[in-house]
Amino acid sequence: MDGALAPLLGPALGLSAILFSLGVAGVLLRRNVIVLFVCIELMLNAVNLTFVALAQLHGASGQVMVFFVMTVAAAEAAVGLAIILAIFRHKQSVDLQNINLLRG
Amino acid sequence: MIATQWIWLAVALPLAGFLVNGALALRRTPATRAVSIIGPGVLLGAFAVSLGVTLGLLQAPPHEPHIVRLWSWMPVGSLQIDLAFQVDQLSAVMLLVVTGVGSLIHLFSVGYMREDPGYARYFAYLNLFVVFMLVLVLGSNLPVLFIGWEGVGLCSYLLIGFWFTEKANADAGKKAFIMNRIGDFGVLVAMFLLWRELGTLEFARIADVAPEALTAGGAVVTAVTLFLFLGCTGKSAQIPLYTWLPDAMAGPTPVSALIHAATMVTAGVYLVARTNVLFAMAPLSSAVVAGVGAVTALFAATIALRQYDIKKVLAYSTVSQLGYMFVGVGSAAFTAGVFHLVTHAFFKALLFLGSGSVIHAMHHAYHATHSHEDAQDMRNMGGLRHHLPVTFWLMAIATLAIAGIPPLSGFFSKDEILASAFARGAEMPAYYVFYAFGVIAAFLTAFYMARLMVMTFLGENRTGTEERRHLHEAPWIMTGPLVVLGLLSVIGGVINLPTFVGGHHWLESWLEPVTAAGAAFAAVELPHGRTELFLVGGAVLVGAVGLILGYRATRARRIPPAREAPADTGLALVLNRKYYVDEIYDAVVVRPLVWLSRVVLWKGVDEGVVDGAAVNGSARLSRGLGWLGSRLQTGQVGVYVVLFLVGALWVLRAVIR
Repeated sequence: MDGALAPLLGPALGLSAILFSLGVAGVLLRRNVIVLFVCIELMLNAVNLTFVALAQLHGASGQVMVFFVMTVAAAEAAVGLAIILAIFRHKQSVDLQNINLLRG
Repeated sequence: MIATQWIWLAVALPLAGFLVNGALALRRTPATRAVSIIGPGVLLGAFAVSLGVTLGLLQAPPHEPHIVRLWSWMPVGSLQIDLAFQVDQLSAVMLLVVTGVGSLIHLFSVGYMREDPGYARYFAYLNLFVVFMLVLVLGSNLPVLFIGWEGVGLCSYLLIGFWFTEKANADAGKKAFIMNRIGDFGVLVAMFLLWRELGTLEFARIADVAPEALTAGGAVVTAVTLFLFLGCTGKSAQIPLYTWLPDAMAGPTPVSALIHAATMVTAGVYLVARTNVLFAMAPLSSAVVAGVGAVTALFAATIALRQYDIKKVLAYSTVSQLGYMFVGVGSAAFTAGVFHLVTHAFFKALLFLGSGSVIHAMHHAYHATHSHEDAQDMRNMGGLRHHLPVTFWLMAIATLAIAGIPPLSGFFSKDEILASAFARGAEMPAYYVFYAFGVIAAFLTAFYMARLMVMTFLGENRTGTEERRHLHEAPWIMTGPLVVLGLLSVIGGVINLPTFVGGHHWLESWLEPVTAAGAAFAAVELPHGRTELFLVGGAVLVGAVGLILGYRATRARRIPPAREAPADTGLALVLNRKYYVDEIYDAVVVRPLVWLSRVVLWKGVDEGVVDGAAVNGSARLSRGLGWLGSRLQTGQVGVYVVLFLVGALWVLRAVIR
């Protein structure tokens, strides 16, 4: 397999890996729930990019999958933001350090 | 005359009596009249059935036992155990003794126990005892016999502890039960061995199969018989398990007469006679049986010399006489053992009921004056001849019978046992020693019985001046049975008169079909002519001298009442305290066992291992593991994400490989 068959495949996957790692790092290091949320979106979209890039080789099913992911991401964003709102109303804070009710 | 098939009626009647009396015992109002009719009534009915069946046997003595199968009890593969009754010559003799003497004692109890608040309960237990005793003597195989064997033990326990509100009585019941349990273990092991070796537990089949399947004098038959005999030492109060019987006197006196003198304690002798083929095939076991019997006869007789409680004297006398019976069956003279069993049932029941009559009078006298003296202590009696003439004369007859004075029943049976032991001496010299023990015991028997009679009935009265006016003879319902037993004690010997008085050993030929299997291996040839007369004369002389010496020795001394009596010293104290056997058993067996149970088993195994390590340990372990798990639940999303990531990478690595 080489670049002639799949243009820009290598750079696309590389970008996707960088974006995904940034997302993971953000989830791990940041404490603000909103930022965390954005980072998760970032990871999802990094995956989307991978799907699209690889669809050149494996047909349209990868691109279809992207629509699924975007739908789920939208739903997740709706539910997630609602939860964050509820938590903020309850705690007056969106800092993860203050949210540890499930400690064993 | 009744067909043998109806023998179940003899068991069913007392069982019905038990159920009805038991139901009446649960009611609040005492139903004295109904109980007085039902209790002895069912026994008389059972006696009538037994008599009818025996008459049927007499008309046509069978060579094979009649087996009456009621139902199949344990059909397990090749082990087929039926609940079946065996009617033959031996069980007929036992039937008559149990129901006959039992009926008399039930009648006596009507007078003796009438005022007791537990009257109905008493008769319920007594009826139940007869049920189990009849199952014991009728069972056609060892397991059915064992039902009866355990059942009479249960009833014995219930009746010894009849007045259970006093701890000593309840303890005596427990002691009897536990001592018997040790023996029952032996019977069980013997049953297992027999099943493995012979494949049958039916008595009739054992007699057929054993001579071929087992080697005479071999290890197996010796082990089986020794284990059976262990059961006998428990049930029949022989060394080393005899100590429960004297304590069993805590029960009502008619119970002592029925269970602990006439019937239950003779079950061991019956068992040996029933399995005579096995004992005949094991000369070593037979020698052990005779030896233990002889030693017990002598040992118990010496203890009886120094007891003051009238029932304790009779209790040790019973142990001693049971020893005689075992000398008989151990000398392969199975008939002689059964013969003594029968005559002993007569005169010992008479002695116990007589002592019951005495205690009844003493108790009423002390009750009338609110005295707390011991109504059973012979030192408080004396001169009762004038107050209880009927009891005195009847007990005098029984004393002569037990001392072996001709022509009373005890003379014939005891003489036959001693002669058998002597005859066996020709083959095994040890039997001469057993014979000598028997003769000495016969002397002591006469001695302590003379002492008992003198202390109770002769001399000055020591009851107390106020109490003396209240002493009176028992009512006819109590003296009536005594008269019948007195008659039987006199003429009981006729069932097996020896040839030298013109008899034909009737019981011997009657039991011949039962003892034939054993006689094939070991038969006693009783001495004849000069030797026989010498033995008989010696036995009579010993008995007579014993009576005279006992009379003179007891009359010669002034007997102070119990509260003024000086303490015994020296040998007298040792005898009075029963050679400290109870104390020795306590120190050697009971205390170590209690220590083991408390310190090792309770504190160590139960509290330490089971409770501590197993139960609480597993709880502590799961709690610890749960605590460890809960440490992972920080509540911090970041930690979860890290863990998730690590896990995802791990899986990824495994997939890519």
